[in-house]
Amino acid sequence: MKTFRIGGVHPRENKLTAGAPITHASLPKQAIILLSQHIGAPAEAIVAKGDMVKVGTLLAKANGFVSANIHSPVSGKVAKIDNVTDASGYQKPAIYIDVEGDTWEESIDRSDALISSCNLDAQAIINKIDQMGIVGIGGATFPTKVKLMPPPNMKPEVLIINAVECEPYLTNDHALMLAKADEIMVGVEILMKAINVTQAYIGIEANKPDAIELLKHKAQEHKGIEIVRLQCRYPQGGEKQLIDAVIGRQVASGALPVSTGAVVQNVATAYAVYEAVQKNKPLIERIVTVTGKSLARPGNYLARIGMPVSQLIEEAGGLPENTGKIVLGGPMMGRATQNIEAPTSKGTSGILVMDDSEAHRIEPSPCIRCAKCVAACPMGLEPYLLSKAVAIGNYEIAEERRIYDCIECGCCSYSCPAHRQLLDYIRYGKGKVMGIIRARNAETKK
Amino acid sequence: MDIITISIISLASIGAIAALILYVIAQRFKVEEDPRIDEVEQLLPGANCGGCGKAGCRNFAESCVNAHSLEGMLCPVGGNETMKKIASVLGKEAHEAEARVAVVRCNGTCQYRPRTGIYEGASNCAIINSLYAGNTGCAYGCLGCGDCVSVCSLGAISIDPNTGLPVVDIDICGGCGACARACPRNIIEVRRKGPKGRGVYVSCVNKDKGGIARKACDVACIGCGKCAKECKFEAITIANNVSYIDSDKCKMCRKCVDVCPTGAILAVNFPPKKVVEPTETTTQQKQ
Amino acid sequence: MNKLVVSPSPHVHSGLSTTQCMYGVLIALIPAFLVSLYYFGIDALLVTATSVVACITFEYLIQRYLLGQRSTIGDGSAILTGVLLAFNLPASIPLWIVVVGALFAIGIGKMAFGGIGNNIFNPALAGRIFLLISFPQQMTTWPIPAPWGIGVDGQTGATTLSILKRGNVEEIVNIDVLETLVGNAGGSFGEVSAIALIIGFLYLLWKKIITWHIPVSIIATVFLFSFAVTISQGWEYAIIFSELQIFSGGLLLGAIFMATDYVTSPMTPGGMLLYGVLIGIITVVIRLWGAYPEGLSFAIFIMNGVTPLINKYMTPKRFGEVKRHG
Repeated sequence: MKTFRIGGVHPRENKLTAGAPITHASLPKQAIILLSQHIGAPAEAIVAKGDMVKVGTLLAKANGFVSANIHSPVSGKVAKIDNVTDASGYQKPAIYIDVEGDTWEESIDRSDALISSCNLDAQAIINKIDQMGIVGIGGATFPTKVKLMPPPNMKPEVLIINAVECEPYLTNDHALMLAKADEIMVGVEILMKAINVTQAYIGIEANKPDAIELLKHKAQEHKGIEIVRLQCRYPQGGEKQLIDAVIGRQVASGALPVSTGAVVQNVATAYAVYEAVQKNKPLIERIVTVTGKSLARPGNYLARIGMPVSQLIEEAGGLPENTGKIVLGGPMMGRATQNIEAPTSKGTSGILVMDDSEAHRIEPSPCIRCAKCVAACPMGLEPYLLSKAVAIGNYEIAEERRIYDCIECGCCSYSCPAHRQLLDYIRYGKGKVMGIIRARNAETKK
Repeated sequence: MDIITISIISLASIGAIAALILYVIAQRFKVEEDPRIDEVEQLLPGANCGGCGKAGCRNFAESCVNAHSLEGMLCPVGGNETMKKIASVLGKEAHEAEARVAVVRCNGTCQYRPRTGIYEGASNCAIINSLYAGNTGCAYGCLGCGDCVSVCSLGAISIDPNTGLPVVDIDICGGCGACARACPRNIIEVRRKGPKGRGVYVSCVNKDKGGIARKACDVACIGCGKCAKECKFEAITIANNVSYIDSDKCKMCRKCVDVCPTGAILAVNFPPKKVVEPTETTTQQKQ
Repeated sequence: MNKLVVSPSPHVHSGLSTTQCMYGVLIALIPAFLVSLYYFGIDALLVTATSVVACITFEYLIQRYLLGQRSTIGDGSAILTGVLLAFNLPASIPLWIVVVGALFAIGIGKMAFGGIGNNIFNPALAGRIFLLISFPQQMTTWPIPAPWGIGVDGQTGATTLSILKRGNVEEIVNIDVLETLVGNAGGSFGEVSAIALIIGFLYLLWKKIITWHIPVSIIATVFLFSFAVTISQGWEYAIIFSELQIFSGGLLLGAIFMATDYVTSPMTPGGMLLYGVLIGIITVVIRLWGAYPEGLSFAIFIMNGVTPLINKYMTPKRFGEVKRHG
């Protein structure tokens, strides 16, 4: 079975909601739509207080190339445009909409009928994806159109669809594949057309045999799409690791992934692309895995973007008494929050409610240099050394030992028997070193 | 010749040759140095604290010797006394530097600013700051992990275990600003040190609107502007929902302290107020 | 509701702790301990117990009263040092010497460097070498193994290694390799049974406590190097000679349990292989041409000192340097 070549761990999968069908979450009373739901510049609001909006109305326009449009996920009245405390606890600009009914823009095709033919050319497809505010909804929320427009000197050769879902607990992609296999196939074909390649691979980890079976069956009718079964190993869903696992090429340090000839898109993004291009539907809802051992009804909920986290937990049976930690995303890379009133965004792939017994970290003890972090690092770094260098403020060593290559997957902290806070320091030091490098480059340019 | 003589001669010659080599090398690579650098270094405290902004006392002595004027150069440990001596050695004009001191502009103790969650992770303010707003409702307040403490080479700042906030020892602090630079939230400010260490300052940097700020912390500045109206010296400005007192303009009349509705303005190191009786009556009235 | 915890990712952990690693190694040493009990009886038990108790006591006292730290004896590393030190001693050694060795191992070998994780040299090894140099006679008087330790008293036997050292071909060819495998040979009591040690090795590999790199590279190097040196005397002899080099003395104990000590061995697979190969070469050189019959302790000790240098230059294989496309 294929997999990536360096490092990696296999955490307990805990996919409590594997095979659970997609459940429609109810509409929120008030939706709070953050203006920054993607990597890049925040979008610019084009509605004002008191405006009536429908589902799919453009609320905010992309501000620059690396940015994305934001559409209304609900119908109703714009209550205010004001700051909201987001999941990190910081104030972020957002549009508040009081929900009234559920009226959709007429341009959106709400039928379930499969539209498999697409007559648009590559540029038109990319424009449509741009208009509809599609971003990579695997978690990184990088605007999709940017990835579809690589620098002119790099030519894409293959499309790789990330259906790995290597994070424990999360099953939203799995549920989507089981429910919308045909649509995903069309979405993949559209993406292939957009970047002008004839070969696409869909990488799926072996713990989803039903999805592999189903997609393999569907792929027979689609030329150039191949399903690749991958060994279960984290962080296989990392862009670089996935390219290595599927086509055996490694992205050089500092290079764009497309330099290997591969463009990677998440499977949910492919579905969003299908809906955007074929159905005129902007990115206004997504599947969120709401899960946790003590939740009454864990499941894969199709929820409108901008719904408060607390309401989704309510859908899943309410917050259990013994909750100790709430994580947005998976347990390896997700962000913990103490503000459950924070709104969900395009990148919210899961809400993990952890019991108090699982929530706490164990006090770190001295490093015994067991080398488990070195063995686990999928980028071939030395986490023990990097975290020490950052902790004592020696950024020269951190840079020399390539701290900037870190993908923040957390394999080092996960495997450290001394429970050392390796990634905490490395993540911070990486930002610091990148800043130093940028400053130096700016200096030399002068 | 017996063995002892051979040993003596051989060892002595090895020693002589080594000494010769060392002498030649020392002469060959001799660095001409201004003898005054040594003299100035003698005057400095030799703590190598870096409070002056240089790498150490010798480094500071070098810059003193090379500088055209001593303006802006201060050894925070030795103070003006030392600078005067240095000036006389170098035959330069002495500049009286204003004493400055670091001030922590957050008073969000556990009591005033309730903890809303638990943080578990690396004990480092910069890391917490980049992760989230912290385990209180205030996204601007002190995180209490002591990044400022670890950079202070004089040991002038420490975390008070009761309040969880850093405390500056004004007798030690030289106002070098290392802590201010280390603080990821820019809470620490280097301000003019008043006589006997007195100072009046707004102990809050929360830029949120009044309501949000007040909800997070009882002693937050809500940017109401009462203090600015009260001030006769135009020392107080309000920007981004937070008040700021310019220590260079402040005459320390303390009128602003009394009008502040949240008690965000602190007057420190003043003797207790003279009028005793009215205070008692007010307390009685309150009771 | 409880106050929610916020911490940076990851929010899950493998569950493996330092303590588990240490106790895992202890479990892996059980087979060898049982064999030594069989051959040396109560003496083996006494030496081990003394060593362990002394190590724990010294660590506790030093941490508590000399350094003023919180005691970490619960993590099992002091017990492990005690057991490993004991396994490297003859069963007949006077107990007070064991206590001196434990004091050196913990006091100088470990705590003087700053405690667990900071020591440059393997503490048990430091203790053993200290004793070997200070008490050469007691340290090289090996009782002859006998079932249940009966009839051990006063008798001393030549170890396989000293026979190898003498280099008498007749004598060497007569050694029963099988006997050394099960442990019926003279030596420090932890190292007598090759099979018991290999069972421990397999357990460590299964539990993923250590990787194969260091033990395998040491054993392979010792075998190949001895073979190359003796091939001139006929390959049949060379094979027996090399086999005995592996199965005798502390080689397996050292390669599996001493050289793999986390703190004092390199961090990368490449570094581990280099470390193992160099230990193997130094061991054979000392065994064949040095003054001591056993060279492994010194070889590991020397390489412990080289480990920081190996860590500096043997960096892991980085992602993206395999092949650059386009």
